[in-house]
Amino acid sequence: MTTQFTSASVAEIHVDAELDASGLLCPLPVYRAALALGHLAKGQVLRLITTDPGSLEDIPALARQRGDTLLGAERLEDHQVFLIQKGARS
Amino acid sequence: MTDTRTRPEGGGIDSEQRRRRIALVASKGTLDQAYPPLILATTAASLGWEAGVYFTFYGLDIIHQDRLEKLKVASLANPAGPIQLPNLLGALPGATAAATKIMQKWMKDARMPTVPEFIEMARGLEVRFFACSTTIGGMGVEEDDLIKGCDIAGAAAFLDYAADADVQLFI
Repeated sequence: MTTQFTSASVAEIHVDAELDASGLLCPLPVYRAALALGHLAKGQVLRLITTDPGSLEDIPALARQRGDTLLGAERLEDHQVFLIQKGARS
Repeated sequence: MTDTRTRPEGGGIDSEQRRRRIALVASKGTLDQAYPPLILATTAASLGWEAGVYFTFYGLDIIHQDRLEKLKVASLANPAGPIQLPNLLGALPGATAAATKIMQKWMKDARMPTVPEFIEMARGLEVRFFACSTTIGGMGVEEDDLIKGCDIAGAAAFLDYAADADVQLFI
């Protein structure tokens, strides 16, 4: 599974919550993102920042398994930014 | 995104009927071997899965109230361990304590939770803890020695749970 990274659309999406998981290793970015998504309503968007390189695959997997939608992902020099929209099931 | 791993029926991501499930066996009671089942269980629960861990034999120490904060790393016969010593030296007094201290520092520096913290995280996500009844009976552990909320279970009960799991791992 290869993560598709976009950059153009990320800035334009409305964000409802932010989580900075910089400096945290697996499983903490996934764990904390799941907790943060748990506080959102269906359709709301979480902006997640990570530095763990594993999150490049982990966060798309989190969204896929929970039934959320990865609206965008941006890979920058020393961190990644993900936009996750909470789905109906999670 | 197309997920080829999603099954057409049952516990796939489009199914409302049944959550995915992981069934783990934690059979080892060292600090380094306590982390993988706890990491996998909390991750699975974060993904929205049901997660259960069967603590058996030395693994029971991970949910033993007096032992879970004192898990150690073996300095002997552990060639990938934190201290690289010939076994003859690894057997010296203090070597186990030194290996344990180093691993604790690795985890702390990496901002990883401790084992007790991971247990709290898992419980908060409703991970099920099964305590092996044979280990309790055979290795002199009392039910009251264990953290609260564990299900005392034999192999058949765990297999009954694991038979409906999508992922089963022995650690």
